[in-house]
Amino acid sequence: MEDTRVRQKNDRWNWFWAWANPVKFMSWTGKALPWFIGLTVITVIPGLIWGFFFTPAADGFQESVKIIYVHVPSATMAIQAWGMMVVASLIWLIRRHHVGALAAKGAALVGLTMTVIALITGAIWGEPMWGTYWAWDPRLTSFLILFLFYIGYMALWAAIEDPDTAADLTSVLAVVGSVFAFLSRYAVNFWNQGLHQGASLSLDQEENVADVYWQPLVLTLVGFGFLFVVLVLIRTRTELRRRRLRAIELRERMQDA
Amino acid sequence: MIALLVRDLRLTFRAGGGFGLGLAFFLIVTVLVPFGVGPESALLARIAPGILWVGALLACLLSLDRIFQLDFEDGSLDILATAPIPMEGAVAMKALAHWLTTGLPLTLAAPLFGGLMSLPGQGYLWVFLTLLIGTPALSMIGTFGAALTVGLKRGGLLLSLLVLPLYIPTLLFGAETARRAIQGVDYAQTFAILAGVTAGSLALLPFAAAAAIRINLR
Repeated sequence: MEDTRVRQKNDRWNWFWAWANPVKFMSWTGKALPWFIGLTVITVIPGLIWGFFFTPAADGFQESVKIIYVHVPSATMAIQAWGMMVVASLIWLIRRHHVGALAAKGAALVGLTMTVIALITGAIWGEPMWGTYWAWDPRLTSFLILFLFYIGYMALWAAIEDPDTAADLTSVLAVVGSVFAFLSRYAVNFWNQGLHQGASLSLDQEENVADVYWQPLVLTLVGFGFLFVVLVLIRTRTELRRRRLRAIELRERMQDA
Repeated sequence: MIALLVRDLRLTFRAGGGFGLGLAFFLIVTVLVPFGVGPESALLARIAPGILWVGALLACLLSLDRIFQLDFEDGSLDILATAPIPMEGAVAMKALAHWLTTGLPLTLAAPLFGGLMSLPGQGYLWVFLTLLIGTPALSMIGTFGAALTVGLKRGGLLLSLLVLPLYIPTLLFGAETARRAIQGVDYAQTFAILAGVTAGSLALLPFAAAAAIRINLR
């Protein structure tokens, strides 16, 4: 009785997990990728052009305000990438889908890059605004911590030879690490009050930035979302191909021997 | 489980397990800092709790790779895995042994070394108390890191890279509590969170560490 119910439940979701079958994954991502690239192009490029050339300079911000169109989306993606990594790691740990582990590996590099971009653009923006490239402000600090977590995660991937062991251990690290990363994010609030303003993109109208800046920013945020999907898909496909190539090489060596 | 604890303790004390090494390292760090920043006691007193915390943390890091490495090499870890006690229990005992040989001596030594750093009067008590509450978390998190890297040939450096970010909340709340207590500001909140981080680590990380050991032994 219990067994049939479990199987029925599995059956209902089989269509979903079939997407993660490596062969099927390659075929549907191959078809979907050009569409996502197209969406990225039509959102990121107009968003950036709109933001850079067609918004007025804000009072007290001068032209430096325009770096926001790179800074905020990349920072958002950096956090999102970690979230995706944890979900993909859990999929690998629970369902043993190889695509999950490889997607987590792919998302890590994208996330690391976005973290670095956010830190650098933040430093460039911080200099005219706050008069310093770096301060131990809670948000800056938590991004630096996020950077350290990404580096540790990727170093562990690189250090372990056996791909399945590497996938298992990095998944465990991603799950445990996210708890500590979250803790650190709120821990730094106890230790220093920040330079950043409060939530400026919340739906609370009073604190929001003006519409002229808000609209192109939303467009770049959406665009960076698509960009993230594109990059992760490409990375995952590359990893899958590398895995397949290795299998072919091993098989040939077996036949030669 | 008690037998395992006694065995680990004996190994660290007798077989050149580096029992005094962590303490000596801690002493050297505390001696080096005044050379680096200058001898004014006002400055030293200000940074003393932080330096003592960072020194204890680094000294703790030093002995982490010994937790599983020797057992992995001579095969006793495989025997432990097939032993009737659950791996989670064995891992917890390993962490306890590490704390008794590293965390506890560091905690006891910290007030003594505080004298070198012109630690203010009530600071002695608070550095001692925060380390007493915080070091078990350091040992447990370190055991988890050691479990992740046990199969690697040169895991030492990677171990530090993995463990140090995980130490951030403990260090931050520990040093912050000591600093607030010295300044006479309200410290109850950070102290409670420090205890919470330790309790949470002790409750949950044995499972993660045991999972990592099982993967590495596969």
